[in-house]
Amino acid sequence: MIAFSAVSILLIITIFIFGEGMPVMVKYGLRKFLFGLDWFPLERSYGLLPMIIGSLMVTGGALVIGVPFGLACAVVLTEFSSKRLRRFLKPIIELLAGIPSVVYGFIGVVILIPFIRDHLGGPGFSVLASSVILGIMILPTIISISIDSLEAVPRTYREGSIALGATRWQTTRMVMFPAAKSGIIASIILGMGRAIGETMAVIMVAGNAATIPRSLLDPVRTLTSNIALELGYAAGEHRQALFATGVILFVIIMILNTIANMTSRKRRP
Amino acid sequence: MSEAVVRAENFRHFFGERQTLRRINLEIRRNEIFGIIGPAGSGKSTFLRALNRLNDLVPGSRTEGTLEVCGQDIYGPGTSVVELRRRLGMVFATPIPLPRSIFENVAFGARMAGVKGRARLNELVADSLRKTALWEEVMDRLDSSALKLSGGQQQRLCLARILALKPEFIMLDEPTSGLDPISTMKIEETLRQLQSEFTIILVTNNTKQAARVADRTAFFLNGEIVEVDRTEKIFSAPSDQRTNDYILGKFG
Repeated sequence: MIAFSAVSILLIITIFIFGEGMPVMVKYGLRKFLFGLDWFPLERSYGLLPMIIGSLMVTGGALVIGVPFGLACAVVLTEFSSKRLRRFLKPIIELLAGIPSVVYGFIGVVILIPFIRDHLGGPGFSVLASSVILGIMILPTIISISIDSLEAVPRTYREGSIALGATRWQTTRMVMFPAAKSGIIASIILGMGRAIGETMAVIMVAGNAATIPRSLLDPVRTLTSNIALELGYAAGEHRQALFATGVILFVIIMILNTIANMTSRKRRP
Repeated sequence: MSEAVVRAENFRHFFGERQTLRRINLEIRRNEIFGIIGPAGSGKSTFLRALNRLNDLVPGSRTEGTLEVCGQDIYGPGTSVVELRRRLGMVFATPIPLPRSIFENVAFGARMAGVKGRARLNELVADSLRKTALWEEVMDRLDSSALKLSGGQQQRLCLARILALKPEFIMLDEPTSGLDPISTMKIEETLRQLQSEFTIILVTNNTKQAARVADRTAFFLNGEIVEVDRTEKIFSAPSDQRTNDYILGKFG
């Protein structure tokens, strides 16, 4: 019953979002929504391309920052440090995931924005700032799942490789990584899902201009921010257009989740 | 009598507080097949893993006394562990091919050691597979996954993988414990052929296997060496009662 109610809630949400969002999409045409450059809701112009590109840029940036850091961290903790240190550090890293996103955003505004403004130029509120904050936010997901999948590699693989005269680093790169590949990919995709869905922290540091950013230092608006910023005062068609934004976001996240499920299911190489 | 290439003098080994090897004294000579028999937990695998310092991976492992390979104290300063492990190739009880192709499995160690060039690797892989009599069976599917091979083939692949490193020693830790009699026979045959080029140390819990292939045999019990002698002597007229009991199957 309870399990079923969770499914039915998902179903109701889906029907609701699509029900609210579809009519306006049909009315103006999907192409206009996906590829329109101008978002002027008061003039009935609902182009979401700047936000779609914004979401993808910010998410991509978050991965560029979060993935190398996260994987390096996971490798150091599993291959090059003692079990005791790992037992101590892993829960602390996981605690990072529990910090409210407003706090991340706040830290971004207070520390990161002035830093970027003073040292790199631009207004500070930018793609770069959002990417850095999101990159930090997805670290716990990537680290913790990667550690789990590296630890799940049979001990014999590591021993076999080391007995062949491979160094620890060679063993990690040539044996452990390929063997843990599916788990690591799943961790990256889950981190990506988190980054693309994050709203609050991004609103606080992104600048939120509904234009396609020309550089990493320009302000950007994501799909999620678009909804959160305008829903409070939107009415009528404008409101429906925001639901349409939700539909597109929904589809993107569904695609990512499906990929994540597929890669983590085929465990055997 | 040929020279001793492994020499243990008062060698002791501990995992934390637990002593796993007590005052081991023995010599292994060049180009012999040296069998090590003994019941489970007698320290035979630990001794093997001490030789290529694989015990180092376990936290709390430490040693006392000396263990020399070709005159060099391997626990002394200045020993390159990586190089040591290349010189003493090891085959494990359960075949553990890496989750890669047959070719990559054999080429793995050589690649790690810095062998480059497709032609040289091809030759090395073919050569190693021929020596283990695996070449005819897999030559047309070198690129398929090594995990698809049968257990016996996998174990011979692991042996080939060692040979590609051009080691001086081949150490086998109960290599046939999971194999059927025919695969076992093939491995034993291969070992006899390899004897001219390598010094072979064979740990086995199958006493008959030691009787079949080993030149000399050591009997380990509770971390101690009870007896080392020519294999015929061990199996026909052991000087220690415990050895006699063990090979007659009274315990272990």
